[in-house]
Amino acid sequence: MILVFFVYFAVVSIVAAVLTVSLRNPVHCGLALLALLMHVSGLFVLLNAEFLWAVQVIVYAGAILVLYLFVLMLLNLKTDERYLHASYPYFLGPAVAGAGYVLFLLIQSPYEGAKGNTPASVVLEHGDTYAVGIKMFSDHLLQFEIVGIFLLGAIIGAIVLAKTPKPMPKPMDGSERRSNR
Amino acid sequence: MVPLSAYVAVSAILFITGLLGVLIRRNFIIVLMAVEIMLNAANINLVAFSHYLESMAGQLVALFVIAIAAGEAAVGLAIIIVVFRGKVATNVDEMNLLKW
Repeated sequence: MILVFFVYFAVVSIVAAVLTVSLRNPVHCGLALLALLMHVSGLFVLLNAEFLWAVQVIVYAGAILVLYLFVLMLLNLKTDERYLHASYPYFLGPAVAGAGYVLFLLIQSPYEGAKGNTPASVVLEHGDTYAVGIKMFSDHLLQFEIVGIFLLGAIIGAIVLAKTPKPMPKPMDGSERRSNR
Repeated sequence: MVPLSAYVAVSAILFITGLLGVLIRRNFIIVLMAVEIMLNAANINLVAFSHYLESMAGQLVALFVIAIAAGEAAVGLAIIIVVFRGKVATNVDEMNLLKW
């Protein structure tokens, strides 16, 4: 059963990714990206990461994608006749060949490594959110604080960049001032 | 039971799709979307290894990646708005002011 779900999520997410980079209309690309994010979150559920599933749906699909769609609709982009680079066939061939080679190497690899101390039974005992919280606020506290500072800087940077610049104050003559009053 | 290499293969295909999108698309916003695809591929990899190697650290790093992606999207879209305001172009090959 898990295999069926895995195949479904994997195939749909790959198809959605290909559609995201190949569709012509930017809004359609955004909707394909939404399908990709939802199915990737399904893969997270299969991997016992429910907390990341929730974060993926809320933050990615709920916040980031809405931001993209807002900007797309605010800018009112015209769809170009030529929406790919002129030299894209030169990238396409090497990319497909490289992808095949990388996949060939990946399928063969054994992936043996040192096991950690939280197997699935421990995670399922109190739930994934509990395990993530305990780990984050004990071992990874410094990274957590750094991400907080980073997000603050990103917010301030985005606001400063996107703020409408004030128009230069025009020298006013008397008539204008009178009409303003 | 799904083997780990299946997850890694899905992640690799998604990553290469995103990389190809960054290379061949002309629209700046779609380029940023392709970057999001690549970050998602990295997240799948991290969570899959976290599950199969029985360690929680992968999921935490995936959380941090999502936070970084949020910041990157906000700043990138602000840059797009600035560029679009100055000059009506959102194609990456027409933004050559900093190129020498």
